[in-house]
Amino acid sequence: MIKTLLATAAAVSLGAAAQAQTIGFSQIGSESGWRAAETTLTRQQAEERGIDLRFSDAQQRQENQIAAIRSFIAQGVDAILLAPVVATGWDSVLEEAQEAEIPVVLLDRQVDSSEDLYLTAVGSDLVHEGEVAGQWLVDTVGDDECRVVELQGTTGSSPAIDRKTGFENAIEGHDNIEIVRSQTGDFTRTGGKEVMESFLQAEGGGGEICALYAHNDDMAIGAIQAMKEAGVNPGEDVLVVSIDAVPDIFQAMANGDANATVELTPNMAGPAFDALEAYMEDGTEPEKFIQTESKLYTQDDDPMAEYEARKDLGY
Amino acid sequence: MLLTIRSLTKTFPGTRALDAVDFDLRAGEVHALLGENGAGKSTLIKCLTGAYQRDEGELHLDGAPISPASTQEAQALGIGTVYQEVNLLPNLSVAENLTFGRQPTRFGMIDQRAMRHQAEELLSGYGLGVDVRRDLGSYSVAVQQLVAIARAVALSGKVLILDEPTASLDARETAMLFDVMRGLRDRGLGIVFISHFLDQVYEVADRATVLRNGQRIVTEETARLDRLRLIEHMLGHELEEQTTEGARHAAQPAAPDERALHFDGFGRRGKIEPFDLSIGRGEVVGLAGLLGAGRTETAEVLFGVHPAQSGTARAPEGPLDLGNPRAAIAAGFGFAPEDRKTDGIVADLSVRENIALALQARRGWARPLPRAEQNRLAEHYIQRLDIRTSDAEKAVGDLSGGNQQKVVLARWLAMNPRFFILDEPTRGIDVGAHAEILRLIEEVTEDGMSILVISSELEELVAVADRVIVVRDRRHVAELTGTEIATDRIVRAIAAPDAKAGEAA
Amino acid sequence: MPQAIRRVLPQLLTLLAVILLVSAFFPGFLQVDYERGRLVGPIIDVIKRGAPVALLAVGMTLVIATRGIDLSVGATMAICGACAAWAISSGYGLIPALAVALAAGLLAGLWNGTLVAVFGIQPIVATLILMTAGRGVAQLITEGRILTFTHDGFAFFGSGAILGLPAPAVIWVLAAILFTLLVRRTALGLLIESIGINRRASTLAGINSRVLLIAVYMASGFCAAWAGIIATADIRGADANNSGLWLELDAILAVVIGGNSLLGGRFSIAASVLGAMIIQAIDTGILLAGFPSEFNLVIKAALVLVILVLQSPSLAPRMARAARRRRGTPVGRTAAREAGE
Repeated sequence: MIKTLLATAAAVSLGAAAQAQTIGFSQIGSESGWRAAETTLTRQQAEERGIDLRFSDAQQRQENQIAAIRSFIAQGVDAILLAPVVATGWDSVLEEAQEAEIPVVLLDRQVDSSEDLYLTAVGSDLVHEGEVAGQWLVDTVGDDECRVVELQGTTGSSPAIDRKTGFENAIEGHDNIEIVRSQTGDFTRTGGKEVMESFLQAEGGGGEICALYAHNDDMAIGAIQAMKEAGVNPGEDVLVVSIDAVPDIFQAMANGDANATVELTPNMAGPAFDALEAYMEDGTEPEKFIQTESKLYTQDDDPMAEYEARKDLGY
Repeated sequence: MLLTIRSLTKTFPGTRALDAVDFDLRAGEVHALLGENGAGKSTLIKCLTGAYQRDEGELHLDGAPISPASTQEAQALGIGTVYQEVNLLPNLSVAENLTFGRQPTRFGMIDQRAMRHQAEELLSGYGLGVDVRRDLGSYSVAVQQLVAIARAVALSGKVLILDEPTASLDARETAMLFDVMRGLRDRGLGIVFISHFLDQVYEVADRATVLRNGQRIVTEETARLDRLRLIEHMLGHELEEQTTEGARHAAQPAAPDERALHFDGFGRRGKIEPFDLSIGRGEVVGLAGLLGAGRTETAEVLFGVHPAQSGTARAPEGPLDLGNPRAAIAAGFGFAPEDRKTDGIVADLSVRENIALALQARRGWARPLPRAEQNRLAEHYIQRLDIRTSDAEKAVGDLSGGNQQKVVLARWLAMNPRFFILDEPTRGIDVGAHAEILRLIEEVTEDGMSILVISSELEELVAVADRVIVVRDRRHVAELTGTEIATDRIVRAIAAPDAKAGEAA
Repeated sequence: MPQAIRRVLPQLLTLLAVILLVSAFFPGFLQVDYERGRLVGPIIDVIKRGAPVALLAVGMTLVIATRGIDLSVGATMAICGACAAWAISSGYGLIPALAVALAAGLLAGLWNGTLVAVFGIQPIVATLILMTAGRGVAQLITEGRILTFTHDGFAFFGSGAILGLPAPAVIWVLAAILFTLLVRRTALGLLIESIGINRRASTLAGINSRVLLIAVYMASGFCAAWAGIIATADIRGADANNSGLWLELDAILAVVIGGNSLLGGRFSIAASVLGAMIIQAIDTGILLAGFPSEFNLVIKAALVLVILVLQSPSLAPRMARAARRRRGTPVGRTAAREAGE
């Protein structure tokens, strides 16, 4: 009995000296390609760092996530990654983790609980993404007149609102750039294609459109098809900028059909692991929000290579 | 007198459902209300409970005139009703069902304990060992029925109307129900009891009233009412009266070996006990018996609606498969069912389409009956059966009952079946159409069609049938041939369990 | 006026009214040009974009005529699109891809029909099973991503043109005509209406209602398969999450706008596809008019409400009577004759 205890203590001190050892990851589910990529990248990152990752798929249900966290606590993991399906209702389970002295890192989405209950949150800034896209357009068109059509995400969703706001922030003060039409394409390819067709009809067959800003790549890809079928040359006649950086948009950029995309990186785990490592090593408290980079990719960034790098991530 | 009804009259378009009916109910009696379908029992009940508004007549309860406009009002006055299908909520507990709508509350919330207590008290006189907290649906129909009765008594408490309460109960459950009824009677309730089972009427009822064609025929103490007389009253025949013999059965029935169709040991559990039946070409066999005795059940087993579980069917060319209606139709059978609204017509389709329907079903979907042929058929039968319709494209649902029936007959005649089953072909039809349909039966048998006709109207059977089979308690109990076919013999066979009325089937 | 035209007249008038209304906000709505071998213009977009709902409405009409409903058609679209995209991207070629997709649609219909006709489950519940499970099945096939492909032959079903008309439009028009001929030139239409009005009486008249019911759900699955093929070919990829999402409701709405009763019985495929075009004209009109997208659903709901109220049983006959009176036909005559019989 005493021997076992001693052995455990030894293992703990040895482990702490070497690496963060066992980490539980409660994922929302696999509702989109992006989330599948996030899961793949988290596993990859854990493997690279020699972390034993305990993965739990909640299938979009908060009660599954709470159960998973409790079981992580019972297993005595060293840290927990949580991609929360909703913002509320986490207080008690986060307190349980705190009592067990297990740090929790939020991935990709925030919760409404007190900041004391989790170590940090890793995520992207949706407004910033829109700003990066807008800034690229400002830099690209210079002083030329530019009539922009916008494909919004699902009406009322926070990515749609924030990405619209960010883009508008960036073009503010540049009176040569004007959003002439803005409609929702529901974040889908079909939606993007259908709405783009109507934009082309409404804007003289597309001749008067200078650029397309889409809130995600899928809508941009649909819109590119609509333009091609209407005899408009996407990428040249109409500049195409969108957000997410899914593999297919790199293919479109390689073909010259799209011009730029802003990455919403699915690699949330990397910064999370970094923060955990530092915290465990010498107790460094990270910032409460770690913003991932919203990197801009253009046709000059070897899109084909980016496509190859991403295509097996599960997008 | 607890309840008095004087000259109650109710008319519907085309029929006089109740014609100046008088009815009395004493406190502390069970009063049976008897009559065949369409006699006016349910209309009477509905006028009493406020479901219908009477045209004329007076209702008095405890000497005061009443005029209930709704079931709720009738309930409040003291008249409660329990129907054959229990109208309670099986997914609520027994206690909730008993107290529904007037649960005891405490601080605005339902007081569960008081509710349970109240429910247990309500059921205390009934000798039922039920846990009032369990769902009603977890108990047998009999218990549910008793709970419904307990609720009705608690709500109303003067007059209790039981509409065929025993229809789905077994003998033991029926006995339990009767005990409860006697107990309530002794507590001074007046109970109106509707049943088709005469044995039960004699067992539990103090008096009986017979209705026929919307008129009150008789009210009598059951102890003084002879069983045979009772059936005569219900069917409308006087034994002494010498009924004219039908024209048909002067001819001897065909010898057994000439008969076209043979059914041996045909039957189905819960429907009709195994029976033997042979029918010759052009022969008309009548089927008589009280409602629920096995008439319609016989027809449905023959036509494969509820396929036979025992026995064989044979035609001259070999054995017949009657496993479902399509197979029966393929074997040359036709069936005009009793309830033509739900089983016969397809209301929104036109007269033409209804007539062509069975023919089309037999030809298969890929070979549509040409429109010209459909029109010809429709015109032919509209003329031949004198179907009163503005044109063949009118929806059948818009026709009168008699004309709907003729359309159903036309559908089958167009198929030229060799064996045609008619279940109550003349029910609810005016006199003219009535005679036409009987004439039609004569006509088609001359061409060799065999017919089984089910009817509550004995004259009708006497007039058209070559043989009459009598059913009682889901069994074929007698077969009458030749000169035996007379209303008095039929009535006797229906009534007397032991009467020798011709050869046993 | 021939019976067939009179049946669809309310829908034709409604469509006309919607077109006029949209034209008021977007004057070029009816303008059609001929460019690069095909017709282009907003109205062409309407008949092309309306293809999935029109196809679903063809099958849905038959199902509803039997007093049923098929909630699974949207999910079936996703399954069939996923099957086709899988076959194309695995290199099986065009014909096998179409065959696999159509077989999947028929199988989905067989499943629904068996639950309804053999096990007696209520249609709304029976088809709800596939509605919820179907997208999961489609995601299994696409492995959770948008399964893209490059195949011009298959893409033709989404963006090709036949005699200048968009291929999807040609497909739904053909489907509507073929199904109409199938049910009206044979006895199927009569038999379907008959079991929808009174299944029990129809069975007693010798109609094999069980087989007929299964066939009707299979027809619905077949139409959903074509809708799925078009949706997949259109974006050159199978999007299991979004393909056909909520389109079952638009299809039901199209059938209802087409004046078909949800209680079964008499039906008109032509009126249903006109209903689908009315819905699409509203959708496209909203996009063209350039209102903020927050108003899309409100405008659509308001217009649909107006249409349904105008067609409602209590209002429509009154308007028809008023119209007849204006033409000088004595109203009471037919009624009087019928009452007098």
